[in-house]
Amino acid sequence: MNWPRALLTDSGGFQMVSLLHLADITEKGVTFQSPVDGKPMLLTPEESIQIQNRIGADIIMALDDVVKTTITGPRIEEAMYHTLRWIDRCIAAHERPHEQNLFGIVQGGLDPVLRDICVRGLVDRNLPGYAIGGLAGGESKDSFWRVVAQCTAALPEDKPRYVMGVGYPLDIVVCSALGADMYDCVYPTRTARFGTALVPEGVLKLKHNAMADDTRPIDPTCACMVCRTYSRAYIHCLVTKDAMGSQLLSYHNLYYMMKLSRDLHTSIIEGRFPEFVCNFLRIMFPKGDVPEWVCNAMEVAGIDISSCCSPFSSSQD
Amino acid sequence: MKFAVKAWSNGSARAGVVQLGNFPHPIETPCLLLSTRKGLPFFISPDLLPSLPSPDSHLLQVCPLHFLEGLSPKTISNSGGLHQMLGLHDYGFAAVTRDSIQCLPEYNSTNKVGASFETPCGRLLIKPVEYMELISSMRPNIWATLADEVPTWVSDKRNRTSVDRTVRWLDDCIALSPAGGAVFGAIVGGSNVEERRRCAQEVAKRNVSGYWIGGFGLGESRDERPALLNTITDILPEEKPRLICGLGLPEEVLQGVASGIDLFDSVYIYHLTLGGFALTFPLNGVDENESDFQLSDNGSDRTKINLRATVYRKDASPIVEGCCCYTCQNHTKAYINHLLNVHEMLAQTLIEIHNTHHYLGFFRAIREAIKTGNFEQFHRQFIEGRRNCVAVAAMHA
Repeated sequence: MNWPRALLTDSGGFQMVSLLHLADITEKGVTFQSPVDGKPMLLTPEESIQIQNRIGADIIMALDDVVKTTITGPRIEEAMYHTLRWIDRCIAAHERPHEQNLFGIVQGGLDPVLRDICVRGLVDRNLPGYAIGGLAGGESKDSFWRVVAQCTAALPEDKPRYVMGVGYPLDIVVCSALGADMYDCVYPTRTARFGTALVPEGVLKLKHNAMADDTRPIDPTCACMVCRTYSRAYIHCLVTKDAMGSQLLSYHNLYYMMKLSRDLHTSIIEGRFPEFVCNFLRIMFPKGDVPEWVCNAMEVAGIDISSCCSPFSSSQD
Repeated sequence: MKFAVKAWSNGSARAGVVQLGNFPHPIETPCLLLSTRKGLPFFISPDLLPSLPSPDSHLLQVCPLHFLEGLSPKTISNSGGLHQMLGLHDYGFAAVTRDSIQCLPEYNSTNKVGASFETPCGRLLIKPVEYMELISSMRPNIWATLADEVPTWVSDKRNRTSVDRTVRWLDDCIALSPAGGAVFGAIVGGSNVEERRRCAQEVAKRNVSGYWIGGFGLGESRDERPALLNTITDILPEEKPRLICGLGLPEEVLQGVASGIDLFDSVYIYHLTLGGFALTFPLNGVDENESDFQLSDNGSDRTKINLRATVYRKDASPIVEGCCCYTCQNHTKAYINHLLNVHEMLAQTLIEIHNTHHYLGFFRAIREAIKTGNFEQFHRQFIEGRRNCVAVAAMHA
């Protein structure tokens, strides 16, 4: 790849959830039908770590048994215990522990008891970092933040916490307030390919006819190459029709996400994180209608956002 | 725009310079116009455009019809024209209706009122007035007048009509001509020598800055092409530039240069890129390895390689050893093969960069040959070299 910066590889476990109708999960690992030629493939913890050893990324992920949060029943518990037993096999199979950092992944669905068992089990292994997995599926935002909060409270302070599959800018701000450090998501580039730009107010749909004669930049406060050079009207005529449209919007969206991360980081270092959060919420929710789950999460995180929330409306009569 | 011929070689081939108002460096001809979609390359991102050789890469071809998909002339005007709208202030734009990819002339629907095109937003009839509205809003450096382009297999009567219409629309366009921008008169006539002559004579009478030669690459055979081209160029004044569309392959470009054409389109590169092909032909026309030429398993013919071929899965060498394009300096055939397999757009970006760079190098070699008076020899050697490859390939088949 000729990539001089850091790399992280996933274990292949997420594909289990995506291809579940083809998967059979046993103690050994995951058997699934290859989408290429239909032959059965077995992905074991050992095999996943071997492949990741060969690719050579700086951070590698343990093979976990991930289930959708919308599922209930004993499958969730089974998956959590698989994850714990498999982490030992991952650690044993890892041949480059001094070059590549193996992160464990906390599973357990939305059940606090299961999550707690998993966290303790992983922390006992003294891994270089920990991921909070199994979220970013179909669960409610209210359930989502509570799981993140529980995990960040229980995971060691001096190791990175990586919330997998997150996400929307708002979700990242909330999870950061709760003590998470790392994120990954296809959202910025995927939404770009559909013609949607990320802006401080939320999103801007460049496909909209109203954009056809709007000669302003996508985001006047953004310093990226796209916002400095092109107008909404020009991007409008490219999006969903030309590859260049996807490129330019992806560029802007990624720049936006990186700037958000940098701003979060700087605001924490400079001791003005609550002000940053308030400003962020004020721009995104100018009417003060910050979602309840965000208010609840910020309360638990100890961040006072009352200045950007209007009092609850009379819909609660 | 200013143009001047600087050198001749063996007859009609000539080397010249184009001087644009907004770009200080003169651009040498024969020259390649880079294909664009709505003014930007298909795949090469704007921040990688400067990595292409300069000033060779500074002439861009744009099809006005692309903007009918969602950008009104009024908005283009409000944006300050193409250069301002695209942030490409030191590039030259040549506006030509023929793009050979998505906006194809629908010669059966063209009538006396306007030219018909099949476009992504359906079939459109473009009248000279509408065409000039687009041109005025875009403010290109160079623009071709609206033509009735027909393929070579139409009836003589239809061919004659296309010449009559094209000349009439030329006058209409010139009458509506905006203040800036160099107008290139369109010349058609199919594969009929008489009609080509007639059209060229008529257009040569008009007050234009250059000539756009259309109707090629639409059915004429390689053998009949030189006669048609020479008929046109013999009539046109020498001091005005000639731009052609439809001559893509290296052999076809060389035919055009031999007849005195100065500017060429590069749709060929787009088609190569889409197919996953990367140009590898030796730029000086001489293949050093000719003596031990072996037909390899991937069926390559020493002109281009198909990066999708499995033989490149582990090939950690650049596309062309010693090529200083961004792609060859940074990436391997194995990586691009992988990108193609997983359907990543970066593959097209990297391939388009290399192919453009390589073809610009070919044009540089052509100019060198003309300036040293060796073009005829260069042309001959190149064609013979290509024939040898095909002959060896045929022997091994």
